[in-house]
Amino acid sequence: MVETSDIRVVRCGGSKVNLTPPIISSDSRFVLCTSGDLVKVYSTRTEEWLHSLQGHTNQVTGITLNPANHLQVYSCSVDGTVKLWDFIDGILIKTFVIGCPLFAIYVSEKHTGVLFLHVSMATDSKNECFQLVSVHLPKSAEQEVEAKEMSAVSSHISKNPSCTAFGRGVRVHFFFFLVWKGAKNAFTCIACHPTDDCIATGHEDGKIRLWRNFIHKKEYTYSTQHWHHNAVNTLCFTPEGTHLLSGGIESVLVQWQYGAGNRKEFLPRLGGSILHISASSDGQLFCTSHSDNKITVIESSFKVCGVIQGLVKGDAVLTDLMIDPRSKALVLNGKPGHLQFYSLLRDKHLYNLDIVQQEYIYEAGLDQFEVVKAAFDIKGSWLATVEERGKKSSDLEFFLKLWAFDERTQSFVLNTTITAAHTDRIISMCFSSSEETTMLVTAAEDSQFKAWCQGADDQNFWSCDFVGSYHKLNPTNCSFSADSSLLAVSFQEVITIWSPDTWEMLTTLCQPPGVIRDLCFGRLSCSKYLLGTTTKNLLCCWNLLTCELEWSTSVDVSKLQPDPFSENVAAFSYQSKHTDLFVFKPSEPRPLFTNKNVCSEKVHRAVFVPREEPLNSCDESTQWLNRSQLYFLTQNMDLLTFSTATEEDRMLSSSKQLVIDDSVAVTPFYLLLGKHRQQQQKLNTQSHPVSDKPQQTQGSVTIKELLHTPAHVLPAASVLCSMFVNSFLISNTGEMDSEKEEEDSEEEMEACDSQQELRAQGSVDEVTPKLSKAQERELKRVRKTDFSWMAGLIDSKP
Amino acid sequence: MASFKPTKVQFLPKLGEKVTEDTLYWKNYKSPVQIKEFGAVTKIDFSPLAPHNYAVTASTRIHVYGLHSQEPIRSFTRFRDTAYGGSFRGDGKLLVAGSEEGLIRLFDISGRVALRQFTGHSKAVHVTSFLSDGFRVVSGSDDLTFRVWDVPSAVELSSITEHTDYIRALAPSKLNPDLFVTGSYDHTVKVFDMRSGSSVMTMQHGHPVECVLLYPSEALLVSTGGRYVKIWDLLKGGQELVSLKNHHKTVTCACLSSVGNKLLTGSLDRHVKVYNSSYKVVHNFDCDASILSMAVAPDDEVVAVGMTNGVLSVRHRKHKKDKETLTSRRRRGPSYRVFVKGKNFVPRQDDFLVSKPVKQYLRKYDKQLKSFEVSKALDTALQTWTRTSKPEVTVAVIIELNRRGTLKNALAGRNEESLTKILNFLLKHIFDPRFSRPLLTVGDIVLDLYRQVLHQSPVVERQLQRLMEVLGREAELQQELLQVLGILDTLFASLTPRKEVLWEEHCPMSLNNHCVSVSSVSADVCRI
Repeated sequence: MVETSDIRVVRCGGSKVNLTPPIISSDSRFVLCTSGDLVKVYSTRTEEWLHSLQGHTNQVTGITLNPANHLQVYSCSVDGTVKLWDFIDGILIKTFVIGCPLFAIYVSEKHTGVLFLHVSMATDSKNECFQLVSVHLPKSAEQEVEAKEMSAVSSHISKNPSCTAFGRGVRVHFFFFLVWKGAKNAFTCIACHPTDDCIATGHEDGKIRLWRNFIHKKEYTYSTQHWHHNAVNTLCFTPEGTHLLSGGIESVLVQWQYGAGNRKEFLPRLGGSILHISASSDGQLFCTSHSDNKITVIESSFKVCGVIQGLVKGDAVLTDLMIDPRSKALVLNGKPGHLQFYSLLRDKHLYNLDIVQQEYIYEAGLDQFEVVKAAFDIKGSWLATVEERGKKSSDLEFFLKLWAFDERTQSFVLNTTITAAHTDRIISMCFSSSEETTMLVTAAEDSQFKAWCQGADDQNFWSCDFVGSYHKLNPTNCSFSADSSLLAVSFQEVITIWSPDTWEMLTTLCQPPGVIRDLCFGRLSCSKYLLGTTTKNLLCCWNLLTCELEWSTSVDVSKLQPDPFSENVAAFSYQSKHTDLFVFKPSEPRPLFTNKNVCSEKVHRAVFVPREEPLNSCDESTQWLNRSQLYFLTQNMDLLTFSTATEEDRMLSSSKQLVIDDSVAVTPFYLLLGKHRQQQQKLNTQSHPVSDKPQQTQGSVTIKELLHTPAHVLPAASVLCSMFVNSFLISNTGEMDSEKEEEDSEEEMEACDSQQELRAQGSVDEVTPKLSKAQERELKRVRKTDFSWMAGLIDSKP
Repeated sequence: MASFKPTKVQFLPKLGEKVTEDTLYWKNYKSPVQIKEFGAVTKIDFSPLAPHNYAVTASTRIHVYGLHSQEPIRSFTRFRDTAYGGSFRGDGKLLVAGSEEGLIRLFDISGRVALRQFTGHSKAVHVTSFLSDGFRVVSGSDDLTFRVWDVPSAVELSSITEHTDYIRALAPSKLNPDLFVTGSYDHTVKVFDMRSGSSVMTMQHGHPVECVLLYPSEALLVSTGGRYVKIWDLLKGGQELVSLKNHHKTVTCACLSSVGNKLLTGSLDRHVKVYNSSYKVVHNFDCDASILSMAVAPDDEVVAVGMTNGVLSVRHRKHKKDKETLTSRRRRGPSYRVFVKGKNFVPRQDDFLVSKPVKQYLRKYDKQLKSFEVSKALDTALQTWTRTSKPEVTVAVIIELNRRGTLKNALAGRNEESLTKILNFLLKHIFDPRFSRPLLTVGDIVLDLYRQVLHQSPVVERQLQRLMEVLGREAELQQELLQVLGILDTLFASLTPRKEVLWEEHCPMSLNNHCVSVSSVSADVCRI
């Protein structure tokens, strides 16, 4: 077996951004959110991802602004550390090692140097018992500090971070509660009023209660308000305390006026159900994070001004992982009823394509239309989708839709909707892979497969071309060969091979026992092979020329994925609680690459993504990753990939080049401008002689100093003015100098000497009456020259 | 933030004729003008010269109408008996007509009195025509002869008896003054050459020939008789090209449109059919009575049809100008201006644009659905106009309510009046294959909801009775269809040689499902 030291499995992109409440920086320019083991910084204005704070080795579970310094942020993680960051520059300031997994973090303005953390009570995290502890941060100049000084504040609190809130007052009050099981009015979330003695609680039945006079025990009163029809997920007071914001599964942000009874405002249809709400410290911006991995930035006037969308991963990916042949984006079902296009390269959500085109009703337990199948044709000009509803009830509704790519709008436009494509659920769907004619084959549980193609030239829509069946068996899979000359449809244990031109059944292949699960043709030099996997742990390879079984092996393959750019086929097998990967060529019995224990869950979705520029590694074990990259999705909805050492090197070097300045978004315009600037710089360096350089840098230093020093520490403008103008003067003389550099070099030496003389002699001018006229002129020139750059040189040397 | 997505109404494509350019062209006629004549209109002929007046032969007179006049601008009434076959000369100045008494009269178009009278036929003369040189007239008669007359001297040039039955059709060649085609009740079509003095070609039509027609190229010949229209290729020596059977009564007349040489045939079955160049019927005009004669004006401006009840029906072509004036008259209020107001404003370069969100227009039921008023939305969708003229909208709202899981709420709590509305809708559309599935669900829910109180209202009870009857009938029908399909299945199976049977299962399956659901609902109704 080849050692797999240089290929490793990496988690790539698309982590959850909605795990914790996002925080808005005090100047409202940045939004910070946790994303896997990173903290990501986004610009509120442009929605662009600026940079990320890298350093944690496990899931980041909480972030909070440092109350002492609003440019710093604390983050805690399951790896047992709390880190303090400067989030504008992305610099790690300090690491506090706590030692046990942390699940949430809170700070209080009254208690400087104290952090409040959620930790698990028991060492084994089986029971859901957590306690709140306070940690005193030791003062030390070191980068990494151990902070073991913990004191328990309260125990048996809920795991949900929204169940804990901090109040104001002389004493700090912690409000927390147990989740009462079974009760309809169980608490779900809590918020404290920033100035008043009032707390708000949200309940399972959709009610919000405002409790007053809470500090004076026994005398508290409460009022109930009700709008949500399901549980209130989150509550948030605005910083001034004039409004209360609430959100739930309905995906409607409700703004209650504090103390004005039932007066409220709504912002409906925000996306998935609202999980967290946070407000900026000036109250101008709100942030809501949604269950569809999205953060919405909302102005205080209740207008959406930005959407930060991550890779949407619902409970399950129903469609296969696909690659859009045009944009090379990863395509899978995202928001309910949508297909999402996600750029893996930039780790950015591109757009959602609305497939169902119906109003989504946010209601728990409602049977909704879901996109269950999708397929692209080879050029990316056609997209076929199947949407389905009524899995639970007996009457299944589904539509087959065909979408054409519109060059003008650069998106897919609905072309044909087929209402009753089959009488039962569609199981498998594939496009023919030939360039000339596009044909779609669908196989359904009504024991038929149908071929669909576009009508004659005047008919723009798709219609059924052929209906085929085999002994009334249910088809399980269908696949076209690489050149579309053959169609393989598997019916339970039998594979039938059809010719799409004449719709004649050519042959049947059968290798019992076991129902065929996956089916794929070999590519390129291996195109004479057909691979199939059965439910009875068999991987078979047939030779289509002889119609005989070439080889078969006993592997429980959960996913078989051919690489469209090479002969290689990847097979994920699940055995004894972990998944192994085999990459092999159908023609060779020995696998090219084997990776045991890729992950501990079953892998059902995988895709080969073509690389932008192929790697040229010659190592046998990494060769299969040269043209394309293998991404796969585990049952826990983690998107993983394989990366090689060379690739990581390349990534590192590129990340060093890409240092984005400040909050300027990396827009195309910015890049264009940057390129232009770089070119100019290059030109400058080429055209000007070397001697020019010191002056130039010196001048730019002055300007830089002027521009980069904060305004409040700058001296008066009059002082600056002369300095600024002088900086220009120098460059002038510098040019002159350079012109006559050669001839004047000696003179200049003299001039220097004479100046030293002058210095020595002070103001005694008349002592040098014997100077010639030429010398006098020279002297004048020297006097005029500003030598402050010398000072700069002297300063800079040490 | 996404905006509200309105309910999607599914329009299923209509099966049937495709809309082609030909159908559009032939549909573009105004509704016909009816002119009453004194007897059956046997012949209509357009003057070849502009303004294309037309001569209409009916009863004992010939009327000449202008293209757009409804009153005759001239009439020739000096016939003692029925006149036949009034036709113009090539220059439109002379008119010739035969008559029941055997006389042939020649008129100047501006005069009243006959210029010439040709006597010689012993029986009625049904067809007369000028030869293309304009100096000779040919006539066919019931005495089995046709004769050629010299116009200047009014003498008979020749008389030929070749047909063995009445001659009822005649078509002179326009390219050769010596050629003409005759058709007779003896089932033959003959081509005569005056230079040889006898027929040069004989074709067997197979039925009494009512009309013959030459294409302008004179390579093709059309003959009609019986229910058949036959096209002959003269250049191949009279070979039959096509035989068309689109009418179900005798085809009495045929003519060619001047745009694209489309063939039109009129028949006693009261239809005019228009064929395209591959002889497929592309359009159909319906008339009130059996058609005897028909003519198309040059440029297809006018289609004139004469019928047995003496009505002349004239269709004029619609022009774009007419349409515009029509719509401008119909326009009410400032609607167009209001909608366009400010929309076509083009901002200047240095203008600062303040964008205003476009207001989304929603239908009333969508507005109600948006605010979750489900019962009201269903009421709106069940309004009389929507219910009758756009049932698909009503069904779309029902489907949407079902999807939202609120159909039961929307149907509940209704009084007799609104329940009657729903039941009427069910009665009307429950068998429409497009709607049956959601409507059967509605029927189920209605029965579940109102089971207890149904007996209080005789109206609703009667409707349910009817619903049950209709459902029972439908179930029987479905069963019969299934039996037929079963028979067909065995037939196909025995016909197909030993190969894989690829018989499409789609229809029986869907029918089966439908049948089962129908019977379940009818069983429900029975229980009540």
